[in-house]
Amino acid sequence: MKKMHYREWGIESTRYWGLLAILAGIIAVAGLAVLHMEHSGHWVTGMNNHVVWGTPHVFAVFLIVAASGALNIASIGSVFNKKCYKPLAPLSGLLAITLLVGGLLVLVLDLGRPDRLIVAMTHYNFKSIFAWNIYLYTGFMVIVVLYLWTMMERKMNGYTKAAGTFAFVWRLALTTGTGSIFGFIVARQGYDAAIYAPLFIVMSFAFGLAFYLLVLGFAFDWDNRELGDRIYMRLKNLLGLFVAATLYFVIAYHLTNLYATENHEYESFILLNGGVYTMMFWVGQVFIGSLIPMGILYHPALGKSRGAVNAAAILVILGGLAAMYVIIIGGQAFPMAMFPGKEVIESGFFDGTVASYSPSLPEVALGIGGIAAALLMTAIGIRMLRFLPESLADDKMDNRQD
Amino acid sequence: MTEKTNLARRNFLSKLPVAAATATIAPGVVLQSTSANAEPRSEAVTSKVRWGMLVNANKCADDCSACVDACDKENGMDIHSMPEGADAENWDQQKPRWIRTVKLKDIQTGHVSKLPMMCQHCEHPPCEDVCPTGASFRRADGVVLVDRHTCIGCRYCMMACPYKARSFIHENVDIKPTLAPRGKGCVESCTFCVHRLDNGQTTTACQDACANEGHHAIVFGDLNDPQSKVAKALKKYPSQQVRDDLKLNPGVYYSGI
Repeated sequence: MKKMHYREWGIESTRYWGLLAILAGIIAVAGLAVLHMEHSGHWVTGMNNHVVWGTPHVFAVFLIVAASGALNIASIGSVFNKKCYKPLAPLSGLLAITLLVGGLLVLVLDLGRPDRLIVAMTHYNFKSIFAWNIYLYTGFMVIVVLYLWTMMERKMNGYTKAAGTFAFVWRLALTTGTGSIFGFIVARQGYDAAIYAPLFIVMSFAFGLAFYLLVLGFAFDWDNRELGDRIYMRLKNLLGLFVAATLYFVIAYHLTNLYATENHEYESFILLNGGVYTMMFWVGQVFIGSLIPMGILYHPALGKSRGAVNAAAILVILGGLAAMYVIIIGGQAFPMAMFPGKEVIESGFFDGTVASYSPSLPEVALGIGGIAAALLMTAIGIRMLRFLPESLADDKMDNRQD
Repeated sequence: MTEKTNLARRNFLSKLPVAAATATIAPGVVLQSTSANAEPRSEAVTSKVRWGMLVNANKCADDCSACVDACDKENGMDIHSMPEGADAENWDQQKPRWIRTVKLKDIQTGHVSKLPMMCQHCEHPPCEDVCPTGASFRRADGVVLVDRHTCIGCRYCMMACPYKARSFIHENVDIKPTLAPRGKGCVESCTFCVHRLDNGQTTTACQDACANEGHHAIVFGDLNDPQSKVAKALKKYPSQQVRDDLKLNPGVYYSGI
């Protein structure tokens, strides 16, 4: 078996610092947006008392979901013993941590009182999924750091499988927790469904792998390292499979809803007459985020083109953001069924009407800042430590067929 | 009220001999207990009382907003102004609202009813369940409140409330009313005028306003006391709880919807 060598990201300093400067610039803009929102209050955003979670949550939940999925590559190697995935594992662990930190930053900075984060760390109500999540998220980071240590420190290699299995189970719990934020909400028609937990898990596979493919391709390309077709094709086929699986869960969710009469109005809102939410669902989530990427990934010619596969991965990410928009904003915009059998003809608090929401610039800036923060940490990580294998050329992978 | 005072007097008199004996043996104990009797706010609330409300939608007048106005005044929403530069339409959806009136039409029969909606002070409040820090809580006497010292402004309670009863403070607050202190970035909702209850009063601002208008659509009181007005009214009129399918056992009942 050929030995795999790992090396720090060796691109020229100017490119490296240029990249960091661009990402830091985006983060700085996000920082200004946060200052603006926190100084003035949330009235400067598009959020209101009816749509209480806005664009920052779309990005935050997306990043948290993607984070747990990014770890999947490492899990396939160490938990499911697919040897050819093992060289991919360190980057997978790093991305899992950085995406999670990026998402949590967005989440925390959108709090009404981010200055009270210490309160969230010292006062717990264990009936709340949010309280569980504080442990699930911080625990995830600690476990993945340990997992990375067992991978990157030769003396610890013997523990990789155990650490990887623990991390895999933990990540399933984590994404279950994230999905259950919505799954456990009985008040709103679009939520209150157990399928949110597995839906988020399968979404995480797709979003995390899309991020992984893009970062891996970019990092290797800039550093002139060889990324062989053999492993690349496996990854892109896997992405196609995950996207298809996500679509299956989305169909199952809507079909289940369509069977129950009480959900018909909500379903027609999302699928037929919900305006921007209907468009986000069909155009964003289904076409851009699922069908087109699947078409590219499984196309005999396009599927072999690195550019087209990268485009497919970008579309999966955009479609993922659209999916979160439909779930998070659409789920809140749809009026709550407080009085079954009655029509609200007048209300002093917008009952019975579709809540209005339009994303504001600071919200979008904060969300993009979260992605930039994740990428910045990843760039620094691969530059400083040996996360990337020297080569993933086909001849290096000969003994790693399974 | 008079009946209650008489009861208290009778209780006091009946306990006099015991108190005299105790004072001789353990003066420290009696000192503490008398001071507790003298200061209602220094006693912890108990589950012997459950505050609740019956709204009779048949009595809720069509063009009346007295309850909403009274709540705004009592809890300082009236001194709350739109931030400079805000869009009036957006602000309308961002400003705090503890009580609102809703007019409903029955889809089958066409029957129109109007009612006030506010925090329903559930026995099993979803807002309390989801709050990560425990800032949303239910007192032993059934009042659901937000501890504004530990609310981090995550708004999960607003996602979870089936009655859309909660408001987030979207802006800086210049004047902070003593009775209902509010600050930017925290969530709040109807408190059943807890500041009144804790000072020995037994009515809410919305109830008083409704009665002053002569409608008497809101009856408030102790659901656990069979002699209370609200308990008697609930026994007399058929009523329902909004979204009773969720089994949250709200403290607010409605009749005539």
